Amino acid sequence: MSWVSRTDHKHIGGMYMLSALLFAMAGGVEAMAMRAQLAQPNLKLLTPQLYNQIFTMHGTTMIFLVVVPVLIGFGIYLVPLMIGANNLAFPRLTALGFWLQTSGGVLLYAGFATGAAPDAGWFSYPPLTEKSFSPGAGLDVWAVALLLLASSSVVSAINLVVTIATLRTPGMTMQRLPLFVWMMLIDSLMIVFSQPVLAASLVMLLGDRLLHAIFFDASRGGAPLLWQHYFWIFGHPEVYIMILPAFGMISEVIPVFSRKPIFGYPLVAASSVAIAFLSYGVWAHHMFAVPLGRNFLAVFAASSMLIAVPTGVKIFNWTATMWGGSIRFTTSMLFAVAFLLEFTIGGLSGVAFAAIPIDWQLTDSYFVVAHIHYVLFGGTIFAIFAAIYYWFPKMTGHLLNETMGRWHFWLVVIGFNATFFVQHLLGLLGMPRRVYTYPDLPGLGSLNLTSTLGAGVLTFGILVFCCNLLVSLQFGGTAGDNPWNAWTLEWATTSPPAHKNFDYVPPVRSRRPLWDLSHPESPDWLAAPQPLGGRRMTRPMTQDPAKLGMALFLTSESVFFLMLILAFIIFRGVSLREAAETLSLPWASFCTACSLGSGFAMWQADRVASRPAGGSPRLSLMGAMLLGALFLLGQESEYLRLANRGVTIGQSLFGTTFFTLTGIHGLHVLIGILWVGLMLSTPMPDVAVSMVAAFWLFISGVWIVIFSVVFLWTFL
Amino acid sequence: MFSASLLNPESPQTLAIWALLTHVGILLLGAFLMVAGLVVFSLIRYRARQAAPEPQQRFGSMPLEALWTIVPLVVVAVLFVTTVRTMAAVDAPRQPDRTPDLVVTGHQWWWEARYSNGAVTAGEIHIPVGQKLLVQIESADVIHDFWVPQLARKMDAVPGFSGYIWLEADARGVYQGTCAEFCGAQHAWMRFVVVAEPDASFSAWLQHQSESAPIPTAGGTEADGARLFQQRKCGDCHVILGTAAGGRSGPDLTHVASRLFLGSGISANVPAILAQWISDPQAAKPGNHMPDPAVTNPEARAILAYLETLE
Repeated sequence: MSWVSRTDHKHIGGMYMLSALLFAMAGGVEAMAMRAQLAQPNLKLLTPQLYNQIFTMHGTTMIFLVVVPVLIGFGIYLVPLMIGANNLAFPRLTALGFWLQTSGGVLLYAGFATGAAPDAGWFSYPPLTEKSFSPGAGLDVWAVALLLLASSSVVSAINLVVTIATLRTPGMTMQRLPLFVWMMLIDSLMIVFSQPVLAASLVMLLGDRLLHAIFFDASRGGAPLLWQHYFWIFGHPEVYIMILPAFGMISEVIPVFSRKPIFGYPLVAASSVAIAFLSYGVWAHHMFAVPLGRNFLAVFAASSMLIAVPTGVKIFNWTATMWGGSIRFTTSMLFAVAFLLEFTIGGLSGVAFAAIPIDWQLTDSYFVVAHIHYVLFGGTIFAIFAAIYYWFPKMTGHLLNETMGRWHFWLVVIGFNATFFVQHLLGLLGMPRRVYTYPDLPGLGSLNLTSTLGAGVLTFGILVFCCNLLVSLQFGGTAGDNPWNAWTLEWATTSPPAHKNFDYVPPVRSRRPLWDLSHPESPDWLAAPQPLGGRRMTRPMTQDPAKLGMALFLTSESVFFLMLILAFIIFRGVSLREAAETLSLPWASFCTACSLGSGFAMWQADRVASRPAGGSPRLSLMGAMLLGALFLLGQESEYLRLANRGVTIGQSLFGTTFFTLTGIHGLHVLIGILWVGLMLSTPMPDVAVSMVAAFWLFISGVWIVIFSVVFLWTFL
Repeated sequence: MFSASLLNPESPQTLAIWALLTHVGILLLGAFLMVAGLVVFSLIRYRARQAAPEPQQRFGSMPLEALWTIVPLVVVAVLFVTTVRTMAAVDAPRQPDRTPDLVVTGHQWWWEARYSNGAVTAGEIHIPVGQKLLVQIESADVIHDFWVPQLARKMDAVPGFSGYIWLEADARGVYQGTCAEFCGAQHAWMRFVVVAEPDASFSAWLQHQSESAPIPTAGGTEADGARLFQQRKCGDCHVILGTAAGGRSGPDLTHVASRLFLGSGISANVPAILAQWISDPQAAKPGNHMPDPAVTNPEARAILAYLETLE
């Protein structure tokens, strides 16, 4: 079982991709089941309940178990190779991320297999997802599985950011990073900021479902629209999380097969940073049909149109890269070119949705189904195919078969467009999405049949691809180190790379180190325009990787708490009176004193531990632990007092927000205490003390915010 | 006659959206053709020849890149202005004191429409041709979405909120409508129709719908049915105006026999299907919230006979 405990990034990256492939088969079978049911009006192949489970599982699977992990898998495999590193910064975290991911996937499918399947769509709008309307365990399983998947993404993202920040080979400045690495960096930062929003939403939903809380329960005064805001604040960045690495792949493949450098490297990188920022300001475009104020909606129309620009410019940069080149039509390049055209269609139909009145007609129709598939399949999946044909030789030492590759390409392109292009028309004919059947209105039957037949062709193309993988793994031609004559560092080592990746990392003096080696007469560092401010970030950050990782983790945690605190503030108006009547300021002050005291003790411990000839931090750690335990005891007694007065999580919006916020905080205190306890029982390196101190001070800081918002604001 | 296609807009609101859609469509098609043309041209013109040397290495061009950043910015600015104008045309402001002509409430899985004169229908909305009705959209349970593609924009029905739309038809006809937000097991069959008719026949219909149900003459099967309807507690969930039946969790049945469809569009309103709803509602529409009324066959026939009198 040694492969279970291996932490080499190539091994784990490969496992990510393999597991994504397996889940993609499940998602594909689900897709075909839906297309079969919809082939004609009024078919009864699937019951309504089963159809609803299947479309929910299909969306959840393809997003959380296929696209995200396969992209993270590519990142984990390629990033160290592309920056000349031996491994990721935290090898054991790499494994943790993978196994969290896998347990989430297994949990979801175990639920499906045992009848506990979610059936409310991948964005799970309450109140449909409240226990009263969805009493089964399916949505509980779904929410817990997604919590696991979200934490897995954060773990991997932190690992990638720290690796890129600290492990670059000398000469690999930020301005010389391969664009795929740039995209993974932006992607990972987006994951750090967005997944905690999902996690907070899921915690609130689970609170409603399992503890009878009221967050989204309209019948008891909760706010179902709060879920929609929260979910899409996560969900729209998630869409870009699923496309940015694809942009990175395309930005590697097109230049190599056009034999030219990427056209306008700075613009491609900078526009992606712009996308990352803008993507947090467009969420309400998923809510244009909700009765919200017109000016509010118009702002989001503007931001949604604006975000199309940094996306669109890249299409021109890629086209300009091909322009004047010497284009080689490998299967990889064919998929990259198909990506350009299909993704452009998906992007442009997205612009149409930003024009709000068009959205008022077409949202929640089959037009939107077509749109998301042009973006995620014609966009991301086509880019992933291009990437697989491009990097498979590096990963396995074998070339993929080009004849089968061409069959794969044409079947998939024809099948994909036949399946999804007609869905635009179905939307225009008024067919809503997520219906298990439809009336026999003019045109619906024949268009749906076309879509189903197209899906058959598409499936056949995917089967050819799977054959190609299996056959080429055994019999594929030998790849050699650099079969495509490419220019980035991963092609400077053997295929597949040895355990430590490189015997020798070539000097990096430009964005294309291998071009420089093979063209000593015109290396890029002479021919290419030199980036402005090139001296900044020329060396990897000297900061301790562990500290940077911890900082990123606490950033993610801050967003998580921010969402819970916001929920408290949103319902503050209706709960203020009850808060003033029931909360006890002396109790809160006692807890605050414990929190401050334990924070001070922790700070002492860190100071002692980091002094060169300092004493032992044990005493301070024990003091912090004791004060932490007192804090929890205080909290317990207050909870009991409130419960005796009839204030519980399910009793009122005040109880719901108060107990969720302080309870989750208390859980963090408990984790801190256990962590310190664990450290006290083992010999501790200094860095471990500084880690737990950072965590502890953060938790104390959160308490100060909670104390101010929940208590001081109520009584002042 | 029966259509759902937004390619045939039949109201000023949907015509305005259609105009925007065609303009934007042409603009976007132009953008696509330009990209596709550039890509295809590059592929043909610059395909690698045998033993070709490496082409000239170009790294970028500030003026070109500025051009293809600024032009799209201008285009989306124009698009934004057009969008805001069309929004104003579709969602014309209403006077704050204007009461809605019609309150539509989404239930799992049927639509209820209450007119200001007290008439209540389910799954079928009548409107007078050429008149702009203010419709208030609500939900009784989960989130639904009211959508008549030929006549009006979509509007979500959110519990605790009221949405407002203008509903209007330029021509007579029966227009298909549907719930567009996934709302559970039978979301697919949460359809309805909007019947647009001339003012006179609309007024007659509305007047009739607000009247109580006829009381069947004593002694007949219909009278048995009316009695059984109350005995079997059908009235706990259904209203039949003029009788004791006053439950509001199921569709109003006062004039059920006058309707075009049953089960929110799952079938035409024919006696055989109505009989199925009485004897085995889960077979008529799997997963719906109607409990098994536990009636014998003769009882079901009597209830059917009674309901068929509710024109």
